[in-house]
Amino acid sequence: MARTIETVAEELRTPSPAAILRKRVFGHYGLVFGLCALAVFVALAVFAPLLTPHDPYAQDLLARMKPPFWMAGADPNHLLGTDHLGRDYLARLLYGARISLAIGLFAALISGLIGTAMGVAAGYFGGRVDLVVTFLINVRLAMPVVLVALAVVAILGGSLQVVVCVLGLLLWDRFAVVMRSSVLQVRDLEYVNAARAIGCSTRRIILREIMPNVVNNLIVVATLEMAHAILLEAALSFLGLGVQPPTPSWGLMISEGKQMMLFEPWLIAIPGVALFVLVLAINLLGDGLRDVTAPENRG
Amino acid sequence: MSEPVLRVENLTIDIPMSQGTLHAVRGIDFELKRGETLCIVGESGSGKSLTSLAIMGLLSKKMRCNAARLDFSGIDLRKQSPRAMRALRGDRMAMIFQEPMTSLNPAYTIGDQLMEALQLHRPVGRAEARARAIELLGKVGITAAESRLSQYPHQLSGGLRQRVMIAMALMCEPELIIADEPTTALDVTIQAQILRLLADLQREMNMAMILVTHDLGVVARIADKVVVMYAGEVVEKGSVREIFETPRHPYTRGLLRCIPVPGKTKPGEHLGSIPGIVPSLIGEVEGCAFRSRCDVAEAACASNVPARRTGGDHMYRCIHEVQPGAPS
Repeated sequence: MARTIETVAEELRTPSPAAILRKRVFGHYGLVFGLCALAVFVALAVFAPLLTPHDPYAQDLLARMKPPFWMAGADPNHLLGTDHLGRDYLARLLYGARISLAIGLFAALISGLIGTAMGVAAGYFGGRVDLVVTFLINVRLAMPVVLVALAVVAILGGSLQVVVCVLGLLLWDRFAVVMRSSVLQVRDLEYVNAARAIGCSTRRIILREIMPNVVNNLIVVATLEMAHAILLEAALSFLGLGVQPPTPSWGLMISEGKQMMLFEPWLIAIPGVALFVLVLAINLLGDGLRDVTAPENRG
Repeated sequence: MSEPVLRVENLTIDIPMSQGTLHAVRGIDFELKRGETLCIVGESGSGKSLTSLAIMGLLSKKMRCNAARLDFSGIDLRKQSPRAMRALRGDRMAMIFQEPMTSLNPAYTIGDQLMEALQLHRPVGRAEARARAIELLGKVGITAAESRLSQYPHQLSGGLRQRVMIAMALMCEPELIIADEPTTALDVTIQAQILRLLADLQREMNMAMILVTHDLGVVARIADKVVVMYAGEVVEKGSVREIFETPRHPYTRGLLRCIPVPGKTKPGEHLGSIPGIVPSLIGEVEGCAFRSRCDVAEAACASNVPARRTGGDHMYRCIHEVQPGAPS
């Protein structure tokens, strides 16, 4: 077979970065699973009104404690049955996903902004800035999150906004710690010096030279903290200090189902499994994103 | 020739440490014209790199830098604001670093980084910057320049990366280029290529170049002027001819004894070496810093050492007027 210059060149041609990225994303099963599962949850939450005709707040005392579809005596109108007040369990689950995702997202966003700003400043500038930030991180680490959250929510009253703010203001420590150490590693590399040598400003160096090389760590922390925030919200609601009834929250659903645990176990199993799968999906997604975006693996 | 591109007079750099002040660079002067190559030679810790960073204004804030004069093309660098210095760096003066493996940002393609160097200083569009990047990659001897633009640094070898770094430094056609041991991390065959490339480009673009190195072979090949540094001080400076043919300072002669000369050095013969270590520069340094390792040291070396001139620009710092045993 004639191997012309063109065919050899074609063989040697490296695939485009986008093609490689695609291959790596789809070759990572954890990432694919996490992404799909999270996409499903988001879709369920967004399209909840279209997916169920029931109102999650509407009570029907004549149709209490209906079992879900896989058990005898299930009502085809209520696929996942009803709770102790006769509210449709599927509708409550779907609307509850909105609460969990919103809390996870916004709490991670707030704490991410605070923590990243502090961590990057400490890592880049060092010296006194670093001392102050490290002190603040230590202060924050000395506070038990659940207790502080309980106290604040007890004083201010539980609502979605309060819970988001409390979690956002409490979960920045890991962002700050991780960003500080990643920036410290990158700060003294020669390409940062080289950027200075071609005349970059401090702001440009932080945003353009340093951030892209530490952002993969940020993504991992952000997903872990998002999962963390979702679990904490469930825990606070379970203790009665998070989102208040009758708002549909998974933690609240588990809490309300716990009296009937021995007779109607699906009342806690269904939101419990949903919580488990969502947190698992987010964690897998974060792990996968870290593997795929690590700059040293690019190409 | 015309006005010098760079004029440095009495440059000192002090680093405050817990044990006292480290006098890392003590009174350096030199000047450099367009199209000239100045080599700064010395062993590790002699202040070569700090001197080049000081010219670029890249010393860390902890270090105190003073100079009687630090002029770049008629601009007093001591009086420039950080903003003005940023505008000069990369545009009119550029630097090539020691480690090509870490000098490129792993998160961007070669093309992005090259174009950034130009677009930071010139109001040019992407297409124009791209064309310039391709042109310069070709100039530094990279084949298939266009396809290299979309590659990431880890896809290139050390030699190629150093060529990219050189291209990046030249994007804005600087008047002064400082190369801080540009070939230390490369293997020997590549070293020769990179040096030849630097010398060619320097001639072609008529730049002034400062080459920091500890390789005297390199110096002999491409320098016009040589500054020999020891313990933060210029112990001898002069034209490359003067330094290699009539070295005056015992340290320079010691260095020259350390390199084998084809035809002169017999097989199996020991090369010269300089016994001892560089003295600590913490606290005040009196007299000649080299006296503890010098084979012609005398008691008088502990007091002030005169700077002697032997006509022209050749200067050395030693109490001996004509070195005992020096080739004359």
